[in-house]
Parts: sequence; structure tokens; C-alpha cells
Amino acid sequence: MALKGLDIFKLTPKTNCKDCGNPTCMAFAMKVAQGAIGLDKCPHMSAEALAALSDATAPPMKSLQVGDHKLGGETVLSRHEKTFVSKSLYAVHVCDCMDAAAQDAAIAAIPAVDYERISERMYVEMVYVGHSHEKSAEDYAALVGKVKGLGRTLVLGCTDVEAAKAALAAAAGCDVILNGANEDNYAEMSALATEAKIILGVRAASIDALHATVEKLEAAGNKNLILDVGTENVKDAYAAAIQIRRAALKDGDRSFGYPSIVNVAALAKGDRHLEDALVALFTCKYGSIIVTSSMDYARALPLYGLRQNIFTDPQKPMKVTPGIYPLNGADENAVCCLTVDFALTYFVVSGELERCGVPVNFLITDAGGLSVLTAWAAGKLSASSIAKFFEEQDIAGKIKNRTLIIPGKVAVLKGEIEAKLPDWNIVVGTNEAIQIVNFMKQYKQ
Amino acid sequence: MPFAKKPQVFNASINELTIGTGDKAVTLGGQNVYNLYTFDAPIANRPKVGLEISDNGCDIPAALFAGVDCPVERAKKAAALDCVDFLCIRFDGADPNGENKSVEECVELAKKIADTVDKPLVIAGCKNIEKDSELFTKMSEALQGKNILILSAKEENYKGVAASAGLAYGQKVGAESAVDINLAKQLNVLITQMGVNGKNVAMNVGSAAAGYGFEYVASTMERVKAAALGQNDAALQMPIVTPVGAEAWSVKEAMASAEDMPEWGDQETRGIAMEVETAAACLAYGSDAVILKHPSSAETIARLIAALM
Repeated sequence: MALKGLDIFKLTPKTNCKDCGNPTCMAFAMKVAQGAIGLDKCPHMSAEALAALSDATAPPMKSLQVGDHKLGGETVLSRHEKTFVSKSLYAVHVCDCMDAAAQDAAIAAIPAVDYERISERMYVEMVYVGHSHEKSAEDYAALVGKVKGLGRTLVLGCTDVEAAKAALAAAAGCDVILNGANEDNYAEMSALATEAKIILGVRAASIDALHATVEKLEAAGNKNLILDVGTENVKDAYAAAIQIRRAALKDGDRSFGYPSIVNVAALAKGDRHLEDALVALFTCKYGSIIVTSSMDYARALPLYGLRQNIFTDPQKPMKVTPGIYPLNGADENAVCCLTVDFALTYFVVSGELERCGVPVNFLITDAGGLSVLTAWAAGKLSASSIAKFFEEQDIAGKIKNRTLIIPGKVAVLKGEIEAKLPDWNIVVGTNEAIQIVNFMKQYKQ
Repeated sequence: MPFAKKPQVFNASINELTIGTGDKAVTLGGQNVYNLYTFDAPIANRPKVGLEISDNGCDIPAALFAGVDCPVERAKKAAALDCVDFLCIRFDGADPNGENKSVEECVELAKKIADTVDKPLVIAGCKNIEKDSELFTKMSEALQGKNILILSAKEENYKGVAASAGLAYGQKVGAESAVDINLAKQLNVLITQMGVNGKNVAMNVGSAAAGYGFEYVASTMERVKAAALGQNDAALQMPIVTPVGAEAWSVKEAMASAEDMPEWGDQETRGIAMEVETAAACLAYGSDAVILKHPSSAETIARLIAALM
């Protein structure tokens, strides 16, 4: 965050001693604000002033790391302003209040969703292990021991200090977040988290109480925090998620400059489709870790796609890997359809080709992740690039069919491609994806 | 230092747009804060939920509509749901490349539905520019006084649609553009320059299923709302109506059968999840109304909105 010269001036000794090489303290402050000289040039700055200034120049939201996962570090509220840097992570909720069979079933179901979408692994990154006060510390530690085998990051949802101690011992060797501090126990929990060098989750009855508790933790020296937006009701949780992020990024409130955790499993109260809606809602608006009651393909397919869309770099197109994608059970005798590696083009065209039901070898050429017309205009989709792609992928060796359908928008390339690939029958396809189903059906006849 | 709440209340607001008549009429927009930000200022008109009925059969697995071939009957069932604020009748059958039903036949059906149900109606076309222009003109005439919303006028046919629906017959005009704030603004300007009051226009700034380029939808909506509220841009203060169902129920995650994709599980559950997740994201980024296809999705989104208000 940019600091004004006057703000810095207020913190200087205002003695105009010239020890820094400037005629006045004001001149010194102005130069520091411009970045021309460093604060350390002034030998008389008080320790408090230095601390205040280094705080003011720190990023508005902390970047935290747990295992391989990054949390926080955002600088903007909307993706069109600049890239979001840390995607939402998902955790599945298991609790020591479940009976043993339910626990085992929940744990066994966690690895079920694990697939790749545009070079990104889609899976449940974390497990949220909840502790209920009816259960003993031993019960809780036993559950943590069971979950540990999954090798995922553990989030311990536990406000009982003794149970948390037992769970931390049981979780040794795992990446752990302790979501356990509240208005009453924050001092002990903070000591526990600091000793274990792990992130501490903080919750409170209201957003004001949360702020106050964070300030107390910060005063005690703990700035390795994550903020729980609350589980009382959807409205308050959503309000907290937005107000926390906005206060940190727009209003410069450092005490809210931490990632958030949202327990939608608790908010949805067992309503399956409402929970679907809530995970999506909090993925859009500011959940850093989102806890769900379960993750199956029905929930995951739209959710991970949405997350990939929202957290993609607006300046960098999403690309799929070039190659042959056989659709509708295509073999070496199926016709070839070619397009570019821009992810959106790939998804739209492959969807339509699948809908038409005709077996097709879908060829994705390397066009730098640009759409058809843009790639053509940039020289990244040309007869030579297509011929080179055919050679590199050995298309003629892998596919016996000799018909190639090219996008209608580059019909102009037909002649040149025929010259480069003389064995092939080049057919001009449709301009728009929505025309594909009709085109392919007629083509088949 | 205690937490200082800084509500983000703007000196501009989204236009209020009412569709339908009588006590079932619904009003979209009106808020002077970002969508769903009730903690900044009270929002008088919550976002609305529409359910889409096709003049062709029902193409999704939904028990409510199973075996009900007559579109009027389906409309009746849909309108009876408390969670449904308005109905969207989509005339897929008018498509010249499909069943090519005559405009008269479509108008006849729309009139029957309008006489049967008392909830507001949105009329959507078959996506064929010429046919839609004719369809919308006749619909606007036949349903005069019903205060319907026409979905939609596009760059290619806005003149005819805006002239008939907006000027001649006093209906509401939906302006549809393809996920770009500049195109959205340009179309609104063109339509209002014809003499249509901007307060009678709603926008469909484009939609996509989650995972299918939704980032463009998200950013377009966010930028539209930021310009409408933050810069008081009157050419972008129209409420946003987003047809989510049609997009969500056309991607393979929703449409692949459980036999084809056994590990993906039940198709209906998947389709509803795709629809509600996309709709929730649309509401977060700026939709003032979403149009859905599955009754369970409508119920879920209505519950979500109620929980947030």
C-alpha cells in the first residue's frame, strides 16, 4: 500500500538534523515515500515508528502456506482487477460425534473424487476433523489417527484445549491447521499453535468480537491466523466473509488481513442442494477454505470447473494439451475434426461433438491457447502449423481415415492444407459450435 | 481498534423493473448496493427465480413434469410452486431447423398459458433471429396488458423487437449481449435511442455453465454492476436476468447418463447441482433474476435467497 510523505513525516523525529543527508525531515519523508531512499538512512527513527511503517508497507492480506497449499495473499476484490492468487480449497467434514461406521464411510469416500481438468488436479485437499464436547480427547485423537492415513491436510475443528493437544499429538507428521481459538480460550490455543508452528483458526460470536479476538492474538505475537466466518446462519456468514475481505483489501484493516474458513456443512444443515449452492457462493465470494459434508462427482464437477474459471489468470488463456481426443468411441477409422487448444473452444466443441453421437477423432493443435480466429490472425493456426502438428503427433500413422474437418472460420486455409497434406480430404466445418450437431448428422448421411 | 464497518452504499441504484400484473407481479432491481449485500443497506426487492417451460416436451429428468406433454399443464404445475416468481416460456418448437411451428400456433399457446396462470411471463425464442423477431412482435401484440418480458432483443434484431415490444405494445424488453460490458452498454444505448424508456429494459449479459467460460460471465456482471452503481452509468443500470437452466442442462456433466458415466452417479442430482451452483455464482456476481429448468433447483435457489435476505 502506498504511503504518503506526510504520514512518514509524522513519524520522523522532526529535528531537521540533516544526518540523513537531506535538508529537512520533510524532504527525507518525501523521498522515502517516492521510494528514492530507505527508512534506514535516518539514524534517529524510534523502534515504534519503524514497526508502524513496516506494517504500513506490508501486503494487505497475509500469505500463508500449509503443506503444498497456499492461502490468502489476495490484493483485489474482483478478478478483473488483477489475478486472484490463492484458489479456494475444499475440506470434507468428519466428526467424532458420528458413529464408527459413518466415520469410516465418510473417510473412505474422500479419495473418490480425483481427476484432472485442464492440467489441474481436482480433489479434496483437506479433511476437517470436528470435535464434539460429548466425546473424549481420546475419541478425538483416535479419529484424527484414522483420517491421517489419507495424507491430506488436516483442519482440526476443536475448541477444547486438552482434546486439541491430544489431536495434535495424533496428527504428528501431517500438515495441520488448528481451527480452535475463540474469545475464551485464545491464549492457550495460540500457545499451542505457536509451539506446533501451525496456522490457528479464530472464531467469535460476532464480527466485532472476532476483530477484538484477532487483535488480542496479534498483540500476543501470533499473526499466523485464519478467520472462521461463523456457522450460526448463512446471512451472517456471507456478510462476515465479504466484510472481512473488503476491510482488509479496501479499507486497509490489517487485523482482518487473513484467509477465511467457511463451514458450509454446518450452514446447510443437511440440505444437499442448498449445500451445493453454498459451496459455489463462497467460492465466488471469499472462502479460502470451504468445509462441506461430502464431495461426490455431482457436487465436484460444476464446483471445480467454477473454481478453475474464477481463479484463472485473466491475462493468460487456459490451454488443453494438444493431441488426439477420440470421442463417442472413435477408432482409427473415424473422421478427424480439428480445432485449437483454447480451453473454452475445446469444451464447447467437444461437448457438441459428443452430443452429435458420431465417432470422431478430435484433434487439438497447439495454437498458444488462442481462439480459432485470433490464432489464425496471429499466425498460430496455419497450414504449416497444422502440417507440423500432424507430423509431430504421427496422425497419419495413428489414424486410417483420411478426412479432416477444419473450423468454418478458417475456410480460407483449405487450399493450403490440401497442398501440405495431399493425402487428406479437407472438409470445411461450421462457423459456430451450435451448428455442429446438424452438420455432423448430415455429414454422416 | 474496534472493527469499523464501512458500508458500501452508492448514490446510484439499479432500475426497478416490474413484470406481470396484479398481486403476482414481481419487481426486479432497485438496490443501491452490490447484489445480496444486505449488510450494506436493506435490499427491497430480493433476486427473483423463474422456471422455464419449453413448448416442446420436457427434456430434463424432473418428476413434476414427467409424462405431462401439454405445455399448459406444465406451466400450471410450475406456477403453483411457491418458490417460482415468474415463468419463462421458451419456444424451442418455433425453430425453422426443428419443428418449425408457426408463429400463430406459438401465440395461441402463449395466450392459453397467460389465461391459465397468474404469475408473470417471460417469453423466450428459438434463437433463430428472423423467426424470433416475428414471434416476439406477435407475442407482444397478443399479450398486451400482461406486462411480459421479451427475451430477447439482440444486436441483429433489436430494432424490430424494441419497436414492437417496447414502443407499440408497452411490454418489457430484454437486451441480450455476449459477455462483454461494452456490447451490453451499446445495445442498451441503441434500444433507448429508439425511444424505449431505459426503465423498461432488462439485460441478459450472457450466461455459461460453471466450468464453461464462466469467468467471462462473472467479470462482465461485476463490471456492469460496478459501472452502474459506482459511476452512475444510466446505460448499465438495467436489472440482469440470466437464463441459467438452458446452459446448465446442456453440458455433459448434467446430460451424460449414469450408464455412460457410472462413477459420476445419478444424472438428475448432477444436473441440479450444475444448475444451482451456476445460479448461486450468477447471483453472487450480479443477476437480479435467474431462470432455471428443474423445480428442485428453483426451490433450492429460493431457499438460498431467503437465507441471505
